[in-house]
Amino acid sequence: MHHSTALPISISAVTKAYGAVHALKGVSLDIQAGEFMTLLGPSGSGKTTLLMAIAGFTRPDSGSIRFGDQEAILSPPHKRGVGMVFQNYALFPHMNVARNVAYPLKLRKVAKAEVDAMVAEALETVQLAGYGDRAISQLSGGQKQRVALARAIVFKPRILLMDEPLSALDKKLREHMQIELRHLHEKLGMTTVYVTHDQREALTMADRIAVINHGSLQQVDTPRKIYESPANRFVADFIGESSILPVVRDGNTIRFDGNALKTVTAPPDGPLALMIRPERLAFVTDASRDEVNTFAGNVLELVYQGDSALCYIELSNGTTVALRANTHAGGPLDSIVEGASVTLGLHVADTVLIPAGRDA
Amino acid sequence: MMTMINASGLSSDARRERIALLGLTSPAVMVVMLVMVVPVGWLFYLSFIGSDGTVSMENYRRMLDSRSYTRIFVTTFQVSMLTTVLCILIGYPLAYFLSQLPARAANICMLAVLLPFWTSLLVRTYAWLVLLQRQGILNRWAIDIGLLDEPVQLVHNMTGTLIGMVHIMLPFLILPLYSSMKAISPDLMRASSNLGASPARAFWTIFFPLSLPGLFAGALIVFVLSLGFFVTPAVLGGGRVVMVSMQIASNIELFFNWGAASALGVVLLVLTLGILFVASRFLKLDTIVAKGH
Ligand SMILES: Nc1ncnc2c1ncn2[C@@H]1O[C@H](COP(=O)(O)OP(=O)(O)OP(=O)(O)O)[C@@H](O)[C@H]1O
Ligand SMILES: [Mg+2]
Repeated sequence: MHHSTALPISISAVTKAYGAVHALKGVSLDIQAGEFMTLLGPSGSGKTTLLMAIAGFTRPDSGSIRFGDQEAILSPPHKRGVGMVFQNYALFPHMNVARNVAYPLKLRKVAKAEVDAMVAEALETVQLAGYGDRAISQLSGGQKQRVALARAIVFKPRILLMDEPLSALDKKLREHMQIELRHLHEKLGMTTVYVTHDQREALTMADRIAVINHGSLQQVDTPRKIYESPANRFVADFIGESSILPVVRDGNTIRFDGNALKTVTAPPDGPLALMIRPERLAFVTDASRDEVNTFAGNVLELVYQGDSALCYIELSNGTTVALRANTHAGGPLDSIVEGASVTLGLHVADTVLIPAGRDA
Repeated sequence: MMTMINASGLSSDARRERIALLGLTSPAVMVVMLVMVVPVGWLFYLSFIGSDGTVSMENYRRMLDSRSYTRIFVTTFQVSMLTTVLCILIGYPLAYFLSQLPARAANICMLAVLLPFWTSLLVRTYAWLVLLQRQGILNRWAIDIGLLDEPVQLVHNMTGTLIGMVHIMLPFLILPLYSSMKAISPDLMRASSNLGASPARAFWTIFFPLSLPGLFAGALIVFVLSLGFFVTPAVLGGGRVVMVSMQIASNIELFFNWGAASALGVVLLVLTLGILFVASRFLKLDTIVAKGH
């Protein structure tokens, strides 16, 4: 049943309004065959709406959704052959676990013996082997989520949509399932759209991440690109921790606190801001190295977090920046105390200038 | 030691709470005793008193011996059964339609379903008489447009009784059915169609089984209420449809035979309880299913 022909999804200019709420404002997104695409965005940003449009439950107001070279936007959901894990599981309460998982197979008239084998295999995959006879009402939230996953993958769809499928799991099971899902994806090779509002999950799992806010895409890129060169302030803010500091533009020279900033590439046009990730900032003693931008300041506050410590430092122009310091013996924490005068270094490659506006 | 003290303290607290709750139910228990148990007990007692005033089985023996009594019971079951089936056939699609409407429209339509509830039973029944009788609106209209040559008998028979009964019983079926349909998440139907089920397939494999508890509950209410119904069959049946309740009335009003009437009442009560008991076993099975929501 392995589908060597995974389908690319091509979404273009899809809009959807619920009355005055514009849930999707012209979303265009190309997902390659077999790609693991993660949709990341805050609550109410339109993630579920986009997924529902792909699955065929929401009719967009305009736009096009193509699977391969076929327009899918007018075909009914049961003919799309898309597997989906619903945000609220949507398990059939009058069927036990095994019958829930077998449901799509029976619709496809798979032989009885094969159904049993495939159901057992799917339940094995989600670590629920032997749970076939359980009633849905007897399952915990996490178990329900895994049954929903088993039901969506058992018929080996060429496109798999998942709406926050791991949100009810505890950390350990969640991390296990993340790896399991990646393996499953590698094994079956289906084009996958995965919705989450957990940025770490998105960074860990995705081939590419599509960041969405207020119904429009902010950036579509690899996890590393998204993290290291966010397209705008929203993306910088939403993914990871960051300090965003004002800079003054002077032609092609960008000044922070009067000093010219060294950058790797020429700064983009328009008003800019400086984005600093806390873990990319370090205490330095030698302030004259070429590949480092330096800032002077005073330690305002030290927050010990076990594996690291967060230091808030007030720079000489009055802005505050966060720095993540190692906690190992002999590290910076030995000498840094609240109130101390410090010099901070930021590698030019980590000196990221982003458009200063709130949204793209 | 500590846990022992706590345990006895907690259990006596729980006992106090139970007694307090029992105390709160006592007014209701007393009312039920007064208006239900005492009269029914009295009825029960009367049914064993013969015409000469002594204890006898005479009233029950008459029921077994007389063919007319058998016919009355058969008619009663027939009318109740047919009413229930017709209510299901009409009510199920209607409730389904209502459950799929947007909230505002559903509320307005629900009002239309409930409106008859707030009109007197007698008024509604006589209104059907006006509509259905030989010189009634329906017959005259059908003749006017050439559908019929002469009026058909729509009332004072089984047809009229059933029309009236179904009209009056329909809300009792629709209310529980509608609420159980409303409880079915639209995501279940979406999931079903996502997994490859056509709309018809999704309906029969998911929606219909999940609506069954409501359907059973509604059908049971309709059936049991129909068993003891009096006004509608009396007015619209025109004496041709004799149900148990009507025989009870005539036993008292015409023959002043309280014993015979009581015996009929007792038999109807026992049969109804029997049906409820059997049905409750079926419904048990389904409440397990319904819990999954
Ligand atoms: N059926 C609907 N009717 C009206 N408005 C809706 C409907 N569905 C979604 N919306 C609105 O559309 C917007 C996007 O909703 P959507 O469910 O896609 O968000 P989401 O990104 O999935 O959020 P979450 O992370 O909380 O699940 C929200 O403002 C929501 O209120
Ligand atoms: Mg959502």
